Amino acid sequence: MHPVRKQRLILILVLVALSSAAVGFVTYAMRENMDYFYAPSAFAAGEVPFEKRIRAGGCVVPGSVQRAGNSLDVQFVITDGEAELAVVFDKILPDLFAEGEAAVISGQLMQSGIMRADQVLAKHDENYTPPEVAESMVSQKGCTDGAKI
Amino acid sequence: MAWQWFHRLGSPRWFYQKTSGWLPWLALVSIVLLAAGTVWGLGFAPEDAKQGNSYRIIFIHVPAAFLALAGYYIMAISGAIGLIWKMKLSFAVMRAAAPIGAVLTFISLFTGAVWGKPTWGTYWVWDARITSMLILLFLYIGVMALSQAVSREQVADKASALLALVGTVNIPIIYKSVDWWFTLHQPATIRLTESSSIDPSMFYPLLIMIIGFYCLYAWTLLTHTRTLLLRREIRTQWAQQELAGEN
Repeated sequence: MHPVRKQRLILILVLVALSSAAVGFVTYAMRENMDYFYAPSAFAAGEVPFEKRIRAGGCVVPGSVQRAGNSLDVQFVITDGEAELAVVFDKILPDLFAEGEAAVISGQLMQSGIMRADQVLAKHDENYTPPEVAESMVSQKGCTDGAKI
Repeated sequence: MAWQWFHRLGSPRWFYQKTSGWLPWLALVSIVLLAAGTVWGLGFAPEDAKQGNSYRIIFIHVPAAFLALAGYYIMAISGAIGLIWKMKLSFAVMRAAAPIGAVLTFISLFTGAVWGKPTWGTYWVWDARITSMLILLFLYIGVMALSQAVSREQVADKASALLALVGTVNIPIIYKSVDWWFTLHQPATIRLTESSSIDPSMFYPLLIMIIGFYCLYAWTLLTHTRTLLLRREIRTQWAQQELAGEN
């Protein structure tokens, strides 16, 4: 390769490397703000501020969803396999919200340690299966694999 | 010399004449693949156990997002080759790739929003995947704007190539964002190193759509590059001859 071209190639590689490093440092410095939500274990560790608008994400523990008889009020527990977080909500849940599935909750952590949600989003997993195949795998449903968020 | 083929590739005339025979074939293959993939995916693939029919947006969303990312590398590498070898053809490819990539990025953001409403319960969230994808759209638009903003073509070429190269850092961030951080967007379904978490009956039409999108991309990129080359070389004899011959 011609030396002038080689020099330009090296300059370009340095440019890409330096800009990548710069962006890498910025994202590293902001790593706590890069997550869209806190996991329940962050709540247990006391990393989450009280009475500030925050988001939590986790797998809805099977059997934990309790609906009030005469209103939309619902309470449930989410987990990341290490810790659990109780959530109360008073609006309509999304269609894909289900026990054993992940959900992302916006709201405030109250002093009691319960999260009062003002929005609940269903987090879809990366699995795509036809209904017949899914029926044969029902036994796998649950929050066992911890990292299901 | 070993580099001779490479320098010949830099001749707009050689490229223009060489590629004219490819276009009908690329067009045919991409139309056949996209038609087959669409009919198979929308009509014959089974519905998803949880999402029902709304999952079928994957047949547009995933191929468009794939090409939006791959197309950025095509744009940036063309820019780098243009900077190193001062190659006109390479800059033309870079300019042609920008609007195509912008459209593909917009398609993946739009289809994602349409799918997000019934699945997540919201059109838009500011998680790492979706935000970095929006930055990709702005990068594409930035390269388009910069290449138009400077009237001296050579200066505009260099400036847009530098912007495109600096922006490449965003591509691995988009790709890995769902693994590095907690996002609302789910992790990758199709994985090269381990088994994909999609049923084969849904995967095959998706694969056909992905290959179809690659062919469509190549077709569009070649067509747009050829148009840009003709416009740049409008004063040369070969361009005049091509224009006269085509009319």
